[in-house]
Formats: sequence, structure tokens, C-alpha cells
Amino acid sequence: MAEKTYKWVGTRQPRPDGADKVTGRARFGADFDMPGQLVGKVLRSPHAHANIRSIDTSKAEALPGVKAVMTSADMPDMPDEMAPAGEVMVNLRDVTRNVMAREKALYDGHAVAAVAATTEAIARQALALIEVDYEVLPHVIDVDQAVAEGAPILHENLRTKNVDGAEDTLTNVAARIQFTKGDMDSGWSQADVVIEHAFTTKPVHQGYIEPHAAVASTTEDGQVQLWCSTQGQFNVRGYCAKLLGMETSQIRVTPSEIGGGFGGKTVVYGEPLAIKLSQKAGKPVKIVMTREEVFRGSGPTAAGAMDVKLGATKDGRIVAADLNIRMQAGAFPGAPVGPACMCSFACYDIDNINVVGFDVVSNRPKVAAYRAPGSPVAAWGVESAINMLAEKLGMDQLELRIKNAAREGTKTHYGPTFKDIGMAATLDAAKNSPHYQTPLKPGQGRGVAVGFWFNIGMDSSAACHVGEDGTVTLISGSPDIGGSRASLALMAAEELGVDYQKIRPIVADTASIGFNFLTGGSRVTFATGMAVVQAVREAIDELRARAAKLWEVDVEAVIWEDGCAKPAGSNVGDFEPLSLAEIAVNAGKTGGPINGHAQLNAQGAGPGFGAQIYDVSVDQDTGHVTVDRCTVVQDVGTAIHPDYVEGQLQGGVVQGIGWALNEEYIYNDKGQLENTGFLDYRMPVASDLPMIEPIIVEVPNPNHPYGVRGVGEVPIVPPMAAIGNAIAGATGIRMTDLPMSPPKLSAAIDAARVSEAADD
Amino acid sequence: MRYVAPSTLEEASAFLVDANGNGRVLAGGTDLLVQLRAGMANPDTIVDVKHIDELMTIKEEADGIRIGAAVCGQAMGEHAGLNNTWPGLVEATELIGSTQVQGRASAGGNLCNASPAADSVPAMIAAGAMISVYGPDGHRELAVENFATAPGKTNLKEGELITSIKLPKPAEHSGDAYLRMTPRTEMDIAIVGLGVALTLDSEGTVTAARVGLGAVAPTAMLVKEAGDALVGSKLDDEALERAAEACRKACNPINDKRGTIEYRTKIAGVLLKRVAKIAAERAGS
Repeated sequence: MAEKTYKWVGTRQPRPDGADKVTGRARFGADFDMPGQLVGKVLRSPHAHANIRSIDTSKAEALPGVKAVMTSADMPDMPDEMAPAGEVMVNLRDVTRNVMAREKALYDGHAVAAVAATTEAIARQALALIEVDYEVLPHVIDVDQAVAEGAPILHENLRTKNVDGAEDTLTNVAARIQFTKGDMDSGWSQADVVIEHAFTTKPVHQGYIEPHAAVASTTEDGQVQLWCSTQGQFNVRGYCAKLLGMETSQIRVTPSEIGGGFGGKTVVYGEPLAIKLSQKAGKPVKIVMTREEVFRGSGPTAAGAMDVKLGATKDGRIVAADLNIRMQAGAFPGAPVGPACMCSFACYDIDNINVVGFDVVSNRPKVAAYRAPGSPVAAWGVESAINMLAEKLGMDQLELRIKNAAREGTKTHYGPTFKDIGMAATLDAAKNSPHYQTPLKPGQGRGVAVGFWFNIGMDSSAACHVGEDGTVTLISGSPDIGGSRASLALMAAEELGVDYQKIRPIVADTASIGFNFLTGGSRVTFATGMAVVQAVREAIDELRARAAKLWEVDVEAVIWEDGCAKPAGSNVGDFEPLSLAEIAVNAGKTGGPINGHAQLNAQGAGPGFGAQIYDVSVDQDTGHVTVDRCTVVQDVGTAIHPDYVEGQLQGGVVQGIGWALNEEYIYNDKGQLENTGFLDYRMPVASDLPMIEPIIVEVPNPNHPYGVRGVGEVPIVPPMAAIGNAIAGATGIRMTDLPMSPPKLSAAIDAARVSEAADD
Repeated sequence: MRYVAPSTLEEASAFLVDANGNGRVLAGGTDLLVQLRAGMANPDTIVDVKHIDELMTIKEEADGIRIGAAVCGQAMGEHAGLNNTWPGLVEATELIGSTQVQGRASAGGNLCNASPAADSVPAMIAAGAMISVYGPDGHRELAVENFATAPGKTNLKEGELITSIKLPKPAEHSGDAYLRMTPRTEMDIAIVGLGVALTLDSEGTVTAARVGLGAVAPTAMLVKEAGDALVGSKLDDEALERAAEACRKACNPINDKRGTIEYRTKIAGVLLKRVAKIAAERAGS
């Protein structure tokens, strides 16, 4: 494929938000304040599962300084059906119950009431005065226990979708889904070697540094302004409008700078409560979660329990693959079991596949998206089993993956047939990497795993405004969580042929730009990037038209090149090129402002594939794992801003290392979360990490003007299994339950020693 | 809530007496401020002791080093005399929190917070450190291992505060060390913390040894049997195993979010062997 050369795309330019962030000027969610603003605080259930018999707020309301108190009675109930809110299909009955419990509290930390008061101290005092009469019920935390017979039932109305005869059965299983390809019996009959094993993961939190924060200001004529930290201001608008019975045009949502989201800021928690409290109090209300509230009340990612079975021929051709996965959704249905099932075997070209998944509720916070939701969970089981297969076959772990890699023409078990994908190129790059070519040191183990994410397109709008001095404001509605402003500006600079620094990208509020679906699914540089390119091209067409007017020639006779309008050929006439600035300064005389706009539903997102290599050392006495070296290889299509791309790859790995080694929710026997802070919810710190070496593979996505695929999600898919595989290499011990924390690994090492001694 | 910043011990003690049990001493504040924010502490009076010179200085005396109770970890880490004589204690102190915390948190505060997992305390116990206390009845001294009585509880009486911690002058050929087990490399709380201070003779035989053990019982403690097991040995495997067993026996931990009984007990033995070797290496050099 011919290499395209670009002037701006692919260069490492200063980030547009850099100066604000390093000087502390950037305004995050909690940095916004309004005159007369009240402090909103949320009362949360101390019980994992309880009927709410009654809530008495009278004492709180009587406390001087309290301006409003609310419960679920202040919001309309919603029907039990899927409905669109900001283009996400959600069950509003569940959403309204998640932001504020109605008949039941379903997890420790579930919001049950909220107050707005003049000070935080008064607000806290008011919470203590609210009397909730709970009838405590038996609870269930673990996913397989929630499925078991006799488990406490969370929702009387829940029935298992897609299962015949389930209409009469109370259950915690919200849905069963299945994907099949080929013929399993035939697959197993071809297999010389079969691996079968069970694996589990723990829910993990996205761990964004910035807690959720929102300020709502309402007026007597029903208008609402909301400032909040979110990955999707239009989705917040949609949710709040539905939950509060308002029209979307009445709500104007401005996204703040965002201190991390990773998928966790795609839903609402305090936002509708702040609006309701503001409406009741007649003053602006600000709700900022504490870290404890973030852990107890906001979505982690789903965990899963799964059984994986693989069959292969002697020469290492995988002929059958089976996965049964139960995923915990938290208190309401909606675990990412679909993506987990679809991603599970997407890296491989296997003829016979059967995948069954279950969406299971239990007494924990409702899950939210987290980087490639579902895919890392399935990959933990599948990629561990692939290594077990390699061990049994006596094959190199990377060679087995290369032999079975998905390629152009591979038909997936969930439907699509792959074209133009980079799985094989990624594996080759991994194999040829300095890391894979370097022998291990004594005591070390090496693990490899691969990962997949679809990447998505969806709706985006963008505008390109040319200023009178020829500089450009680039407006999108996509919150920048991973460097999208810089990437969008680079593509605009490339199109316009002007210096990157002449382009100022901003993220606009819901009233200042057309609809943008939320920042998620690794869609923004792809989809909003397409909208930006279209908008800029529209502006360029206008710039050409103005030059044509000045030169009194047809617009077709004017081309745009190197930031200037030029005659298309010598026959057009002898005109000096007109720069963007020269055209802009005369815009008033040639037809008025020069802008470009675009809105589209982006099609053709490019699937993303990655491979990662880890070397680890294990302290055999303590079970402590040190990651000595890590290389992350990924096909990103085109790296528009390589620094940001590398940052995404490294960031996903860091979160994956935490998921692999230490992160977990610790519940007591009452179902209360015990580790509600970063001290005991152990995300890695810098000294826990090696230098993470990124290798960017570029197989351009033909559906995007610059070949963009998504980047941000694939990197969190392989780490857990790759580290488990490395630990197996270092110790001979196959860990099957996450996290592979020192006490667990130490116990496994000791058990292996005992069993070895018994064998001797 | 009242904030006071006295410049003498007498005033500080008087403020605490006046507070009638609702006073708290503020040194670095790295525990107190967190407790205030979480609503776990709600004192009437906060007595900032950082204006009392005696509490803010490290003094080399003829028979050892005296560390003011409010001296921060960073200052301890930069003190040449302390680094030369008690490197293990310096290491332990420097494990507390982050760089920012290091600039505030003090050894005195680490003692008064009375967490069984306090990093500096097992190292102080191993070193044989003595605590100087001032209160309405004047000055008194006690050994570090006798200071905490239960998690969060000390035997400070009303109106009393720690003024300094006295480290003895080590004998020739002495060394100390501290290690802790945490799942993360830093910014974590010890699952087990263990300090050893020992002295060798010219043949490399241990002539004296003290072992301080933390995070495995309601308070950090001196494990006398472990020290005794090392004395007379050249840290051969058998002696080390006996000392490790003494440490395991001394464990009386709980299962909690930070570790299990089984794991904590095992690690106490693992750390004893590792720490004793480091201390001996330092003693020999």
C-alpha cells in the first residue's frame, strides 16, 4: 500500500490544553461555581439489599440552611422498556432507580435522598436527619451465586430474555445471548488436543482521578444550565430530559475539562439530582462526589465467571472454541456481555465457535463502560487458555497465535467478515520486536496475549470558523478524553495547509454545536474527525469561491493548495496565490463570514487489534510480581498524533496491570464495600511499572480520509492474560482468578510446593 | 473548633488540659487532617506544636541522637548523623506516604496515630528508641514498644505530648534495617513491617539483636525471642529459621482488607530472614 506523506498528520505537536493543565488554570467539573450556589449532598444506603418502607425528610427540611430535600418521589417513574436517551438505548425504569432508589436499595452506596444547603456542614447534618425505614433483605454479590437456585432476587419484574419458558421464573439473569459459527461436533472431532478451564475476573473501577461533579442552575421559565464532567454532554442532556420530564432544548449542558473517564462518565448520577434540587431551591446547586462515593456509587466495569474450551489439531490449528460467560451487571441489567461474547474469539480464524453469555444482576453498583467493555474479561479466559493450549502442543505462544490469526476474509462468529485488518501485521511486529528477540533472564517468565475491539462511528457534528485574521476556530461536541482536540486540529491543519498553531480546537456545549454522540467506543478521532474534515472542506470550498469572485473566474478554476487559493492552471489567468489570511480579511466584501459545517453518521469504523508482551519476575516467598518489561503493539490505522497514541497504549497497559495484579472490590459479610479509597483499592503507582514500549502498526482504515482506527480501548484487553501467561512462565503455576495478588499467588506457589513434595 | 500554636511545652500541655479530652496535637497533620475530613475526628482544640523548637530539631548528643517529635521524615532522611547510625530507621520513615507527605509527616505523629502498621515504629523498636513525654506531671520516658496500647490508642495521659525520640548510640559493628510487605511498591500500608538492629563481634557472630514487628497484632511489638534466636549465631539458616518461627509465633493478626492471617504470618517469617541479613551486612561494613 502506498505510503501517504503528510505535513501535519503524524507529527508530535503541543497539545491545545497543555498550558491550561500544567498551570492549573484548566477548569474541571468541581472548579465551576455560581453566585448563590448551594451544596448538594446525597444520602446513600448502608445496606446491600433492602426494601425502603418509608423516608421521612421532615427534620432535614426543618434544619436552618437547608433549601431543598429530594427523594425519588420528586422524579416521575418510568416505564420498563428500552428508550433512546441521547442515542443510547436504556431502560429508563432502571436509570431513574439507579440515580435514586425507589422501592428498594440495591447496593451499599445506592442513592436514596439528596439535600441542598447553604454549606457542606449543614448539608451533611441534614443527611443525618433523614430517617429511612429499611427492611434489610438477604443480598448476593458474586455472579455465580446470583445465578444459583435460591439466590436473593433483586427485581420482581425481571425475566431472562431470549429463553423460552422463562416468563414465569423469578431470576437474576436478565438475558442469555449466543453466537455460533460452524459445527461444534465436527470441530471437536477434528481436535487432537482439548483444553478446558474455568476463569474469573473481579469488577474493577475506572479509577478516574476526577470525581463526578455537576453544577445546575435553573430559571423560573424552566430553562436549565448544567456544567459537568462528562464524556457526553448530549447524552447527559438526553438522560436528564427523560428523567425529569423536560424537553432537550430546555437543558444546556457544558462539559468541563475532564479528569479521566475511560467510559465511566457516559452515564448520569448527580446531574439530574442537581437539576431537581436547583428547581426546588430556586438556586444553583453543585454536587461533587467524594472518592468514597465514586467507589460506592458509580459504575465499575463488569466482572465475569467463564468456562473456556479449545480444541486444536496436533500441528496447532484451532478447530473448535467454546465460551460460556456469566457477567455481572451490578444492580440493574446491562453487563457488556454482548461485546464480551463478540470480542472473545475475534482475533482468530476458527471454523467452529460457540459462545453463550449471561447478563446477571447482583447487589453491587450498576456497571458502566470501561475501555473495551467486556472484551478484557473474555480475553482473560480465552488468552489464558490459548497459552495452555500452546503448552500442551509444545508450541511457542506467539507462533500459535500467528498460525490462527484472523485475516482478511475471516468470517467472525458474530457476523461480519473482516477486511483490511491488522492482526497479522501486529503479531509480526510483536515477533520481530527487540523485546521478543531478547532472551529471558533467569527466573523471569514471558507472556503474550492479543486483544480486539470493534471501534465505532456514530453521530458527530463539527464546525470550522475562519476568523478575520485567517486563524481558525474548530468546534466539536466531543469531550476530549484522549487527545482528540490535538488530533482534530492536526487533520484540519493538513486539510487547510496552514500551521497547526493557527487552529484553535474547542469542545462546545449542547446549544453551540449539533448533536455529538458521546466520547466512547474509540470513535472521536474517527467519526468527529470525519466531520471535521468535511467541515473544513466546506470552508475551503467557500475560500475558493471567494478567490474566484476576486479573480472573476469560475470556482472550478480555483484550487486550494498549501494554505492558498491558486489558479487551477495557467489558462485561468496570472493570479498570485491568495492566502487564507488574505481571503479572510476581505470576507465581508466578498460575501460575509467564512465557515464550514458538517454533520454525519460515521460508517466504516476500523476494527482494532493489539498484541502485548510482558516479562515478569515473581518473588517466590511473597508472591509479589514485578513487571520487568512490557511492549505494546497495536494497529491504530494512522497515528494522527503519535504522542497521544502512545499515551493511550501505555495508559491502557497501566490500568491492565492494576486489573491483573491488585485491583478488586472488597466486600464485608453485610455486602458493604470496605476499600473505598485509592489506599486500599490498589491501582498501580509509577514505581510499580516498567517503561512501557509502544510499537505503532499502521494499516490504514480505508473508510477514513486519514486512515484512522480507534486506539484507546484495545490496549486494556490483553494485559491480564499476558501477565498471567508470564507468571505461568516464571512459576509453572496457572492463575485462573483475578487479581493475581501477592497473597493469592503466594498461596498457589505454596500449594504447588506441597504437591511437588508429595509427588517426590 | 479552636486552633492554637503555642511556642512552649508548658503552653501546649495547658491547652490540651483545657480541652478536656477534646484536644488533638497537630504536627504534620497527615493523619489528623484526613480524619477531620472524613468526620472521624472532631476535636474542640487543635494544638499545633510546630512552633516549639524542641519538637522541631534533631540533636546529636553524647549517647545518641534525639529527634524532635514533630521533625518531618524529609528532615530525618537528610540528616547525615542519623543516616550513618540508623539507616534502617531512616528507610522506614521514608516509606511513609509520598514526597509531599514526607515533608510533613513526623515520627512522633506516626507513634501517636498508633496504627499497628506504622512503618517507623518497628524500626524504632528494633533500635531501642526511648520516647520522652511531657505533661502536667513533668517529663517521663518510656520505651517505644510500650507506647501504643491498642489500634489508635496510646498510654499518653491527658495533657501529655511526645517531645522527642532518643536513639541510642549504636555499638561498634552494628547495623539496622527495615522492610515491609505491600502489594504496591509505595503509597501503601504495610501488611507486615519488620525492623532488625543487631551487633556483630569481630568473627561475625551476633552479640545483640532486637526485632520489631508491625501490622500483625493490635500494636507493633518487640519480638524478644526472635532477637535472642539470632544472638550467638552467624545468621546460619537454622538460626534464621528459629528467629522466623519466633516472629510467626508472635503474630496475632486479623483478616482484613489489607491481608489475611495466614499470609501475614507467613510474611513475618520471610521478612525476618531478609531484614536480618541486610542489618548484618551493614554491621559488617
